Amino acid sequence: MFASPARHLHLYLSASLLMLAVQARAADGEAIIQKGGANPAAMPCMSCHGADGKGMAAGGFPRLAGLPAAYIAKQLADFKAGRRENPLMQPIAQALDDAETAAVAMAYAALPKVQVKVMAGAPERPKEGSGAWLALRGAWDRNIPECTLCHGPAGVGVGDAFPPLAGQSAEYIEAQLRAWRASPARPAGRKGKALAAVPPTRRNDPNGLMQHIAADLSEAEIKAVAAYFAGLGESTEPFDASQHRLR
Amino acid sequence: MPTTFRRLTAVLLPLLAVHAMAADSTRLDDQTQLPKAPARPAGKAYFQPPAEADIPNNAYGELVRRGQDLFMNTKALAPEYVGNEMNCVNCHIDRGRKANSAPLWAAYTMYPAYRKKNNKVNTFVERMQGCFQFSMNGKAPAADSEVLAALTAYAYWMSAGVPIGKVQPGRGFDEPPPPRGGYDIARGQRVYEKQCALCHGDDGAGRKVGATSVFPPLWGKDSYNWGAGMHRINTAAGFIQHNMPLGRGETLSDQEAWDVAAYINAHERPQDPRLVNGDIDETRKRYHADDGVNLYGVVVDGRKLGQGVK
Repeated sequence: MFASPARHLHLYLSASLLMLAVQARAADGEAIIQKGGANPAAMPCMSCHGADGKGMAAGGFPRLAGLPAAYIAKQLADFKAGRRENPLMQPIAQALDDAETAAVAMAYAALPKVQVKVMAGAPERPKEGSGAWLALRGAWDRNIPECTLCHGPAGVGVGDAFPPLAGQSAEYIEAQLRAWRASPARPAGRKGKALAAVPPTRRNDPNGLMQHIAADLSEAEIKAVAAYFAGLGESTEPFDASQHRLR
Repeated sequence: MPTTFRRLTAVLLPLLAVHAMAADSTRLDDQTQLPKAPARPAGKAYFQPPAEADIPNNAYGELVRRGQDLFMNTKALAPEYVGNEMNCVNCHIDRGRKANSAPLWAAYTMYPAYRKKNNKVNTFVERMQGCFQFSMNGKAPAADSEVLAALTAYAYWMSAGVPIGKVQPGRGFDEPPPPRGGYDIARGQRVYEKQCALCHGDDGAGRKVGATSVFPPLWGKDSYNWGAGMHRINTAAGFIQHNMPLGRGETLSDQEAWDVAAYINAHERPQDPRLVNGDIDETRKRYHADDGVNLYGVVVDGRKLGQGVK
């Protein structure tokens, strides 16, 4: 139901990279980040995403620095189309024209990626039931793969479709999982008043890969796994890419 | 990359009939000299392997943990034995614990066993050596090596409580039967593009982060070779139907699983290390003709498969 065929995404991503490069020349990404777009409704990105593009945890504003250009461009297109609902971002995305969208995406992609410290020696040994466990082992009894299986070792992100989780705040990760999860209607009972069903506000995951995962996570698990990735922090030491990260 | 399979359906139609017959008259899997895994009784769970936290903190537990580390990071920790970009955990999901993903707990207690593959009784260690030689396109570690000792310890630990020699539901990949109308490579390509290319790439090369393989290559030089069990369309169909796309297993139909398995296995990969006299036809006759449903030595789209890639 929420699936957008991977092929389309794939074409979209590879085609959009080319397009981005072409379009980006027409607009100055850095200027948009600092001063906003031509349309005043396109506010300066840095006012929420930070001067360094690393986001602002307190507001749940995500890091954009070092994210793949195609991923950022896709998110802006999805905000625009309503596949990703957000009262703040939707009007901004709508106020950016195609060239500005491309330029902003390229400018953020050019900023440094998150660096995650390497665990020396043996791989991490998570405790069952912890956020680390979900991140590194998953919950296969519910068909939930470990996050790092798709988002890469240490959650550094893989390709254009699986963004880094490392470098994001717990607030942001939690909010995204809840946006995918939705919640069913609840009848009135001892626990309180009746609640209406909340449909997912994020419906842009390729092949519906995230929706079922989020739907099957408990609130406590969402908090725990978000805290795990937020807790990885950012290292100042660059990672030697010729070395393996152990799982 | 050979991606034009438009004419392939026509070429394959006569072959399909042959494959379908072969599927009926011979056992599909070279391990099916052992009885096919029984279906899981209704309402009954698959065997639950012990929890990781229960690995004891002693010398034995250390070896078990080392086995698990090797299982998940085979290329990183045992590079001298791995000739491609595969890790054990790529085919044995959830660290070898997941039912219908060839779980270790359903394999360990079934050896020693006769295997047609090498026409002899194989120990569990010899079975794992086969994995390194074919699935990892590498070099088998010695039977008394630290690597195989650790992997054996891990499989033994995980199998605590499974009766020796008793086939468990969830063993292997629980292959779906061959579709009535055969498989279709062109249709499989469409399944691949829609469901698989996102992670494994249009070129089947998978995806890495730095040196580390994240999504395994499905064909080409860094994938399993022509001698690996996964080169059989029936075996790959079972793995795919139960386990792919990741986290959304059992959403593809049996037909889609067969079609996409055929598409994947209609691509070149490293040569079968058992190559007989440098000749594909001889090798097909000796090792592939009766080995389930496979395209080794078969002409697809005007090109004979089984050339191998380096």
